[in-house]
Amino acid sequence: MSPNKTHTHILCDHCGDMCSGNGITLEEKVFCCEGCKSVYLILNEYNLCTYYSLNDRPGKSQKNNIRRDKYAFLDDPEIAQKLIQFTGNQQTHVTFYLPQMHCSSCLWLLENIRKVNPAIISSRVNFSQKEIFLTFDTTQTSLRDIVETLTRIGYEPHLSMEDITEAQIQSSNKKGWYKVGLAGFCFANIMMLSIPDYFSENHAIEPLIGKTFSTLILGLSIPVITYCASDFFVNAWQGLKTKYLNIDVPIALALLITFGRSLYEIISGTGTGYLDSMSGIVFFMLVGRILQDRTYRTISFDRDFRSFFPIAVNVIRNDKIKSVPVSEIKKNDILQIHHQELIPADAILSKGNAEIDYSFVTGESLPVTINIGEIIYAGGKQMGGAIELLVVKQVSQSYLTNLWNKDHYQTEQPGSNSFIDLLSKHFTYIILAIAGIAGGYWWWQGEIHLMWNAFTTILIVACPCALLLAANFTSGNILRILSRNKLYLKNASVIESLAKIDTIVFDKTGTLTQNIKLSVRYEGHLLSRQLKMQIASVLLHSNHPLSKAVLTYIDMTEVTLAENLKIIDHKGIEAWIDDHHFKIGSPSFVGTDLTTKNGSQVCISMDGQYTGTFTVSNAYRLGISSLFQSLKSKFTLALISGDNASEHPYLQEKMGADSELLFNQSPLEKLAYINYLQDNKKANVLMIGDGLNDAGALKASRVGLAVCDDDNNFTPAADGIIHASKVSILDHIMNYVRSGKQIILFSFGISILYNIIGLYFAVQGTLAPVIAAILMPASSISIILITYGLSQWMAKKYKLI
Amino acid sequence: MSVIVILLLVSLAIAGGFLIAFLWSVNDGQFEDNYSPAQRILFEDDEKEE
Repeated sequence: MSPNKTHTHILCDHCGDMCSGNGITLEEKVFCCEGCKSVYLILNEYNLCTYYSLNDRPGKSQKNNIRRDKYAFLDDPEIAQKLIQFTGNQQTHVTFYLPQMHCSSCLWLLENIRKVNPAIISSRVNFSQKEIFLTFDTTQTSLRDIVETLTRIGYEPHLSMEDITEAQIQSSNKKGWYKVGLAGFCFANIMMLSIPDYFSENHAIEPLIGKTFSTLILGLSIPVITYCASDFFVNAWQGLKTKYLNIDVPIALALLITFGRSLYEIISGTGTGYLDSMSGIVFFMLVGRILQDRTYRTISFDRDFRSFFPIAVNVIRNDKIKSVPVSEIKKNDILQIHHQELIPADAILSKGNAEIDYSFVTGESLPVTINIGEIIYAGGKQMGGAIELLVVKQVSQSYLTNLWNKDHYQTEQPGSNSFIDLLSKHFTYIILAIAGIAGGYWWWQGEIHLMWNAFTTILIVACPCALLLAANFTSGNILRILSRNKLYLKNASVIESLAKIDTIVFDKTGTLTQNIKLSVRYEGHLLSRQLKMQIASVLLHSNHPLSKAVLTYIDMTEVTLAENLKIIDHKGIEAWIDDHHFKIGSPSFVGTDLTTKNGSQVCISMDGQYTGTFTVSNAYRLGISSLFQSLKSKFTLALISGDNASEHPYLQEKMGADSELLFNQSPLEKLAYINYLQDNKKANVLMIGDGLNDAGALKASRVGLAVCDDDNNFTPAADGIIHASKVSILDHIMNYVRSGKQIILFSFGISILYNIIGLYFAVQGTLAPVIAAILMPASSISIILITYGLSQWMAKKYKLI
Repeated sequence: MSVIVILLLVSLAIAGGFLIAFLWSVNDGQFEDNYSPAQRILFEDDEKEE
């Protein structure tokens, strides 16, 4: 017997992954793979080992080797030009997105990168955007060299077709901050200047001081109304143009009337106006808007296929290999695709062993074997050696891209989208009526002066800004709480759409099932301890994901020596153990003809005798069945999956008998089903899916949520992105979102109380500025506190914080 | 009493200074990355020590 080897878990000093066997040792360090080791060697050479002392095991796994001339396309000046931001005589500026960036070690290393490549003049990291800004000397190096330097130390830049097709639009929120800053400044100073006026009877203030003060107030209020509040006027005007009374219309009206009347009072010397209240309101509303429009910088909601696809691909033309931009690939071109590269267009396999990982497309993580002559759809990733493909369709005409380009008529109907606008409309009519009646009464009494007074002050007091504040602050806080639960919504209006949802459609693979965890079933002869050990000894030598899954399943730590080991790519392994001949691999390799069931098979034969089969499939996420249990009473559930129907009975039982379950659905059928639900059944559909095959459905549904496993994963365009571990608390999230509307209504009710007090003075035409100055901040602040408190309390109730 | 007007202008000027500082910092992108500056200050400049 050969000596038993015991496995202890040794973690790689670079990336923290588990090492197989004893790992690769170097000095005192242990590495899981050559990639990690070479990064260490580079860092060691340039005295950069502080990288390892700042954080424990800070690297990312380097198991995937990068092909030597992968970045040859960067030598093409036309492509390089599109990536470069600025190039002068000697210096070139470029920014890269590095998704691997995650800790202070990364930051440190990347800002010291010039030690590795002296041609780099400076490097600056923007951590929250995961970007590096580099300046390098053009006379000493090239763009390709810079990218390769980054790749060698383990930070391969993400370069996609999107980077070169359009200039990246930096949607910055800077303008919003300018406005808040300016409004805050003006508000505080106007408030200060108004104080003497609150506590004085008429003429008690020295005329010089009174005049200076009111001139200053007027001066300070001009930027507020012209610059800070400009959004309200623009929105109101757009609303009016489309004959739609949104909430900005009454607000803009109130602001204009307040400003106009104050201007008149100050110029005619009859009073000091309400500019303090006006600038306060503008300030609070801007703060609310900023809170609500908080963006998640590292998350992009509007990805299309271009951000998934590479910039260039190797094309064989006249027996020469040339890098060609993906958009210039034509029909009948021959592509050369290497390990880990994405297939950019629908093509037929012409040479090599193709094992295609469609996880981008379907969410299914196990690779699919393709035979020569079969078609490979764009979006698949080759695992294994180099292959050659014959393009059958251009990139823009390929199956998946076509789906993306298809114009879905947007489901946004103008008019009925927000209940806040609806509420404000009624509110505005009531206020106009009250103002009209009060004005009419004073006119009838013959008090023309009081008539104007009453009419304008009513409109000032009754501005529905409290409603806007309630809505902004509530949605802002809900967004914040949801993001803490790793659900990132695109904007605040998604909250309201989510609250209206009555039908939830799930995708299966990658959404209900886990990508990482595989479930293994065994059928066949009894697995004795010895047999288990023998199987483990063979499979240990394979890197295939299926072998690894089976290895974890049989969980043997003792292994024996396997002799005459032969690994046949994409088929299986054979070896001699204890004088028995073992064959482990695909059914055809082992020589059994199993009818293909769900999942992938690993068959075993000993001395030519069939022993058994391991069936590997994706495992369901934890908490899925209890999620269905609580969802099915409130929502119509449905499932659309691209897989076969083998899981049908199980899922039907969990989701309830009246749920519709559809299998073998193509991406187009998924899209059609969503449209059918929304058009024919008038359902408000929430679609939850991952992968590019759901992209059409996610886009067409009222709300589409993309599931991602990793924070820097690439997800298709969607209204929101939910972390995979949080899919199981979807029921709590839905309940919480639904409570948002009640919170807004309740705080709006409170604000109406304040309005009634204000109106009491206003109808009599005696609204003193001091009363307005008390009512306005009091109502604003109490609304902020109430909405914050209620949304916190609701979140606690639904166990979200 | 007119000294109040002068004081007032001084106070406005000071507050305006802070406003300009704020606008400048927004424009400069100080609020865009709130992780790295805090880390950067802790890194040692080992080049100079050697």
